[in-house]
Amino acid sequence: MLINDLQTIVKKNARNYSMFIALVVIMIIFTILSNGNFISSRNIANLINQTGYIAVLATGMTLVIIIRHIDLSVGFLSGFLGAVAAVLLTRFHFPVWLTIISVMIFGGIAGFLTGLPVASLGIPAFVSSLAGWLIYRGALMLITASTGTIIIPNETFNAIGTGYIPDLFYKIKLLPGLHKTTFLIGIITMIIMIISQILSRKRKQRYNFEVLPFSIFIFQLILLSAIMIYITWILSGYNGLSWTFVVMMAVVLLYDFITRKTVFGRHIYAVGGNPEAAELSGINVKKITLFVFISMGILSGLSGILFTARLKSATPQAGTLFELDAIAACYIGGVSAAGGIGSITGSLIGALVYMSLMNGMNLLGTDISLQYVIRGLVLVGAVIFDVASRRRK
Amino acid sequence: MNNYILEMKNITKKFPGVLALNDVNFSVKKGEIHCLVGENGAGKSTLMKILSGVYPHGQYEGSIFFDGKQVKFNSIKDSEITGIGIIYQELALVPEMTVYENIMLGHEITKGISIDIHEMIKVVSSLLELVHLKINPTEKIKELGIGQQQLVEIAKALYRKAKLLILDEPTAALNEDDCNNLLNIIRKLKNQGVTCILISHKLKEVLEIGETITVLRDGKTICTLEKGKDEISEQILIKHMVGRSIENIYPERNTKPSEKIILKIKDWNAIDLKKNRKILDNINIEVKEGEIVGLAGLVGSGRTEFARSIFGNPDKFIVSGEIEFKNKSHKFNQPSSAIKAGIAYASEDRKKNGLILVQNVKNNIVITNQKRVSNKIGIVIDEEEILAADTYVKSLKIKTPSILQLVNYLSGGNQQKVSIAKWLFASPSLLILDEPTRGIDVGSKYEIYNIMNDLVSQGMSIIMISSELPEILGMSDRIYVISNGKLAGMLEKKEATQEKIIELATMY
Repeated sequence: MLINDLQTIVKKNARNYSMFIALVVIMIIFTILSNGNFISSRNIANLINQTGYIAVLATGMTLVIIIRHIDLSVGFLSGFLGAVAAVLLTRFHFPVWLTIISVMIFGGIAGFLTGLPVASLGIPAFVSSLAGWLIYRGALMLITASTGTIIIPNETFNAIGTGYIPDLFYKIKLLPGLHKTTFLIGIITMIIMIISQILSRKRKQRYNFEVLPFSIFIFQLILLSAIMIYITWILSGYNGLSWTFVVMMAVVLLYDFITRKTVFGRHIYAVGGNPEAAELSGINVKKITLFVFISMGILSGLSGILFTARLKSATPQAGTLFELDAIAACYIGGVSAAGGIGSITGSLIGALVYMSLMNGMNLLGTDISLQYVIRGLVLVGAVIFDVASRRRK
Repeated sequence: MNNYILEMKNITKKFPGVLALNDVNFSVKKGEIHCLVGENGAGKSTLMKILSGVYPHGQYEGSIFFDGKQVKFNSIKDSEITGIGIIYQELALVPEMTVYENIMLGHEITKGISIDIHEMIKVVSSLLELVHLKINPTEKIKELGIGQQQLVEIAKALYRKAKLLILDEPTAALNEDDCNNLLNIIRKLKNQGVTCILISHKLKEVLEIGETITVLRDGKTICTLEKGKDEISEQILIKHMVGRSIENIYPERNTKPSEKIILKIKDWNAIDLKKNRKILDNINIEVKEGEIVGLAGLVGSGRTEFARSIFGNPDKFIVSGEIEFKNKSHKFNQPSSAIKAGIAYASEDRKKNGLILVQNVKNNIVITNQKRVSNKIGIVIDEEEILAADTYVKSLKIKTPSILQLVNYLSGGNQQKVSIAKWLFASPSLLILDEPTRGIDVGSKYEIYNIMNDLVSQGMSIIMISSELPEILGMSDRIYVISNGKLAGMLEKKEATQEKIIELATMY
């Protein structure tokens, strides 16, 4: 009974679950191949910090791809803005908060400049952002030309990329060796997740919408809870939640909310789904396009901060190929290149799949040349699966 | 040996739910100019698509003989090789390529492995001479006018050794000079032995050039008239074209429009920069409260452009004139300002620019006024959204398993209802419906007519653009007829007949 239900559900929602399942499978494979090293607390914490700056970029890129555009400039833009942050901190002695705000504002302006020709003149985003790619690459080289790599001595700033949230309950003797704040946050999040799932199911039933059979629903809740507990357990076993993780989740949750629950989000999907129909429905397509590029720029700034803080320095090569990693994460996560389809959580999973591959293969000492080949195969495989599963409906 | 170049015998073509062609016989003599006429939807295009292989052999019943031999085309390529050249209304030229490249496309002359540009230009020059086109073969297509592009298409067909040339409404988009020129070329080609089938709505030109005229109606051959043998006049043709009685599929309306004028358009002009042509010429219309105004005219006469140019002008035509809506003068620079004022426009092509197919019914309905189901800071309130969508699904009887169903999976009639629902959600005072029943079945049509009646009885005004004359006659209180971008006349419901509308529609 349960198995039969499960089969039909999985078949029906193959697309929704597939990348999640792929992520779990990839993690299991690497865990086995690395004799458990992959799933160790230390490595998972590392994986999350590696994923952070790409996931932040992928979040913004998701919106850009949904409205049928692309932004190639974000890699070097984040590298450049990271260097700007370094200069502001070291040369101008800006406080950390002001540095972060300034860099994000600069990012917004950069996004505006990339988006303006696209929105108002209909210049292909590929061209407009390729120009940005060249310009920011040059700017990054220029800003680091005199000093080379800029070392950042500011511990507060570096903590964003390398630090962990403090354990407020370290005095409590219970559960020794665990990061108790992290553990508590994990448990609370899990409870919130369970309650919201139940409420959403009830609401759907009230409107007679299709819901999962009760048995499957419970099964799904238990599975999700188990996964969350396990992740919480792993993370608490090391240093706890990293600031990068906190920033990444804040961005993901905010954007997930915007895309699903706001007028602006609905308009983005409408523009992506059918720009002509959106325009005729009274949506200002130019304005939406511009805002999406501005948001991409702001997130590039944030991504630059995460990466720079992680390296504790700004280098002339920072940001190289980030844009393509972010784009790959989106496509793996099910964003449609034809526009109008995709989700923030999908792209987050896409980013995790992509970075798990990198992390796992590094752990196994796979040759870098082979790594690229495998990443390419996974990307094209994911998109083929995506297109095929959509067509079958 | 008979003297027919083409014989199509007992052609029947079914689409799901529609019998497009019903036992049609169509024969064309060698070397004649044969005109094919009929209302929109009579089956002309379907017949030509069968002939050119768009609908391959096996997808229809009946047989085709070309030059006395039975032919079975599987693709356009097959018919092209046999010697049939078809020129569609929407020209199939590549604007960024040159004239000679377009003519040779797919049949380039080569010398070894490289293309022989000199030889190609030489051949094209002689072809252009044949169609009396004095242009440089290396000019780009986009630099040419529509009339010249038509001639390039003809040259292209001649290069492919077409013995039978089919022209689908070639003069619809042409001005008078270009028209006459084109007709002269067709006559010259005839003298050189090229047979020509001309599909046209312009009866004057049909009478002028056609030697034989076949009339199609409702997928059947009504008659074939020969010049000199049968009596032919515009009246006779119109009678054959519209000959059916209007069935009573138009529900009665009990309410009468008020005398209050809600929309007044004065001296409306529009220039399309892309086509470099004046597409609307001094149009004046009025719409009363609670009235259904029909906007009739041939396809391509400028009805849709007129509606869109009023509705915020998304095509960025250069417009002049006055819009007076609800006693206030307006200038709408984008659709959103027209919507805000209370005008809605449900487009003719619901799939292309009406609906967002990859989204569900609910999101499609509320898109026109998303703010109405949101709080002050722009967060969507799920409950209100669901309630709103549900209301319209129920009141318009949209058949869908759930409001979360993707619009893509609905039937045409239900899609059309969604596209009306989305505009009702914007609560307009004036609703412009562009071809509201195109491509949907009779049952859905009836339901849409009922919805329209309900709306006007509540005081809404409707402008209905339609190519189906019975529908225009059945539903409208008054009818404006547009012909070639000009207002050809206005008919009251009492005095309007199909004949009068066609006469006005073909006036300019």
